[in-house]
Amino acid sequence: MADGADPPGVTLTVDGAAVAVPAGSTILDACRAAGKDQPTLCYLDNLTPVNACRVCVVEVDGNRTLAPSCSRPVEEGMAVGTDTDRVRHSRKMVYEFLASSADMGLVDEQTVRWMSYYGCDPARYGPQAGPVEDRDERTAGHHRIGDGHAAETVHQSVKVDNELYVRDYSRCILCYKCVEACGEDAQNTFAIAVAGRGFDARISTEFDVGLTDSACVFCGNCISVCPTGALMFRSEHELRAADMWEEDRQTVTRTVCSYCGVGCNLDLHVQDNRIVKVTSPIDHSVTSGHLCIKGRFGYEYVQELGDLAVTPIDEVLRRARG
Amino acid sequence: MDALLGPPKSVWEGGPLQASDHRVSFGGYRRSVENRRLLLPALHAVQDRIGWISQGALGYICRRLTVPPAEAYGVAGFYALLSMEEGPPRRAHVCDDVACRNAGGLDILAGLDGRPDVHPSPCLGQCDRGPAVFLQRAGEEDAVLVSTTARRVAEVLDGGAVSAPSVAVPQAGDPSLRLLRRVGVVDPASLDDYRASGGCAALARAVEMGPDAVLAEVKASNLRGRGGAAFPMGVKWEGVARSPVKPRYLICNADESEPGTFKDRVLMEGDPFALIESMIIAGLAVGAERGYLYIRAEYPLSAARLEEALARMREAGMLGEDAAGSGQMFDIEIRRGGGAYICGEETALMNSIEGKRGEPRNKPPFPTQAGLFGMPTVINNVETLVNVIDIVLEGGAAYAATGTEHSTGTKLFCLAGAVARPGVYEVEFGETLGGLIGLAGGVTGTGRLGAVLLGGAAGMFVGEEHLDMPLTFEDARDRSAALGSGVVLVYDDDADFRDAARRIAQFFRDESCGQCVPCRVGTVRQEELLARHLGGARLEEDLFDDIAKVMMDASICGLGHTASTAIRSAIDLGLLEREDG
Repeated sequence: MADGADPPGVTLTVDGAAVAVPAGSTILDACRAAGKDQPTLCYLDNLTPVNACRVCVVEVDGNRTLAPSCSRPVEEGMAVGTDTDRVRHSRKMVYEFLASSADMGLVDEQTVRWMSYYGCDPARYGPQAGPVEDRDERTAGHHRIGDGHAAETVHQSVKVDNELYVRDYSRCILCYKCVEACGEDAQNTFAIAVAGRGFDARISTEFDVGLTDSACVFCGNCISVCPTGALMFRSEHELRAADMWEEDRQTVTRTVCSYCGVGCNLDLHVQDNRIVKVTSPIDHSVTSGHLCIKGRFGYEYVQELGDLAVTPIDEVLRRARG
Repeated sequence: MDALLGPPKSVWEGGPLQASDHRVSFGGYRRSVENRRLLLPALHAVQDRIGWISQGALGYICRRLTVPPAEAYGVAGFYALLSMEEGPPRRAHVCDDVACRNAGGLDILAGLDGRPDVHPSPCLGQCDRGPAVFLQRAGEEDAVLVSTTARRVAEVLDGGAVSAPSVAVPQAGDPSLRLLRRVGVVDPASLDDYRASGGCAALARAVEMGPDAVLAEVKASNLRGRGGAAFPMGVKWEGVARSPVKPRYLICNADESEPGTFKDRVLMEGDPFALIESMIIAGLAVGAERGYLYIRAEYPLSAARLEEALARMREAGMLGEDAAGSGQMFDIEIRRGGGAYICGEETALMNSIEGKRGEPRNKPPFPTQAGLFGMPTVINNVETLVNVIDIVLEGGAAYAATGTEHSTGTKLFCLAGAVARPGVYEVEFGETLGGLIGLAGGVTGTGRLGAVLLGGAAGMFVGEEHLDMPLTFEDARDRSAALGSGVVLVYDDDADFRDAARRIAQFFRDESCGQCVPCRVGTVRQEELLARHLGGARLEEDLFDDIAKVMMDASICGLGHTASTAIRSAIDLGLLEREDG
């Protein structure tokens, strides 16, 4: 092969249009190359695909069932349909199932658009069952049998056990992203895992101990990958509860973390001249979106200078700091 | 724990601090990966000994194996038979599944209502002699009670002794039997008796023939898998045997959990040497160095007899460095499940052996390419493997002369419910459903057939119009049914099908692993919809179809794909309509 030549490619069709991608690409890569982005929930560019949510499924000619585009490798001559009746049906149902069982109120705009595109109607499963507090104690293979008149949900109270972030599992759609970010895909801390089974499966520390008693190192990488707002900065959580979270008034300032020499980029989300959240760009070559506790949460010194005028949100932020 | 792993070698494994520990550190990622496969046996060791897994015990396991506690907790909580709460030393799991519930299972639960040591259980694979109860006893072997009563269960929970039930098949002594010929006739504990009745001849012949010739005969036999998917065995074997990658693995799937199925249990309890012999032949033919036999925890008698058979055959030189004089290394390890139907799915089973949660993997890649520990793996069901003996002895072509062109050989069927003589029956492929029920003495109860649950909870209800259907893979497919694992659960026309359908919906909700959305939520919504209907509401058929379709199209594995078929068939046959209205 001559220098600079492309690796051997694979040609397939997406909705009838031919597209060539490098061997080893996924169907999702091919769809994107063809200009047809697909909905995803459990997929993220910086994590290994777990193909659990099934919202990115596509129809591959000759396959009995639909295939997850995020992880199925392309094959020469494959014919992929992304908008067939079967695909639309499955995607609509996955969104409906999730929205009928969890609080999807904080998902991103794209997801909102897809849900309306597929015509989701989560209300058709009946009124949602109210919060319960026994989800962490449920045992595999057993459940309480109801009369079917309320759709079972994952609603429960928010877990607030530290000053840095909260876990609102009423919003959890079990996409596994936080587990991956905590584990092999980023932090290698393994503080959380999927526990339980079936509808009672949940993200948990060992024996549901609080985060401060677990292996958690408070890097906050789970927060940055969460697609539903189930994991959230304590500051954001408190501000939302006080109805003071105003994203359209926030500015985002990119800077470099001042703690060590690695050079992580930080995006400081600022409201009323106060840092309310810190993220890192997912395409940054150093971080791939991941940070450590210092970059993520160690910003207080910036705003504890003593000579700043008190703003309305200071009291809320102080409460979040414990 | 220490009996399983030996004493800790250093402070890093949880032992006392020694001077040498100051200079070395021991642990890390690779060690964690290598040890992970011991997680389930370690959890079992604790559960067996003290009856539950405490936080301290889990912590000790994690230190010994270098496994993160959160992950070990997630694995332990995946299995219904591993308890994370302190409880009584003996626990009874009372089968209230499709076969046992009306055979007395519900009566036992009602009679023992309120006892903290009594739990309802999905099918225990004793459907021909229900009601069945599985007993966990801290510090003692697990046990099974069959054809039992609430009084007897209470007695045993309060310390009474249990003896193992004997195994018999209704056709015992019939000279036409192949797979069942030794069951109930030959002593399952004696290698000498096994040999005297023709055992081990196939292994000797296979070693003489060599792997390529064995493979050729298996392909010529056209044997198709008996676990439910009916995949040609020769294709799997060849895929692995021709793979350039090593090591390769063989797995025997003995996690028989489909409600209504008990054929593999009868084979393992009645003729354990035959299964081990078949596994050795298979392992040598595909060039695997190690075989795993993954058996459900609810079969303690099968597991004990197989352990015994394994020890005898290892002593006789049929396993080990030079297995049966073949010059090849092959040995077998028995693994116990933990109470999870989903672990019968081949890739979930592999994850379970690897010490992970028993969640199915996305396919492709298939196990023959990347199976256990990512290596090429042959995985076959118990009944499928045992056929290998006759294939080797008779030759593939002679074997293929039995049965039909596309369904060769004989098939085991599990007859239970409203039949006169329930049990495992072996018939040539092509026998009709009606003929098989006749063999079992015909319909009892009202004497009039209501429906047959064919293939188990993952199968479907069929009515009288199917009685003339020849039992072959192709005829079943042509008539939109499937033989599945060979369940023929017979109901008379007075049976409560509404109750049966509800139990099936409950089963799938309980047994869904929870990994993918269509199945995790779909099985819940399906159960809710059915509950509304059985409570008097109009059947929301469009919504049912929507739920069924997404589970069938977009679930990761077969559990989701088949979670609505039985209920769909019950609706189609009008079985859910009220008699009074």
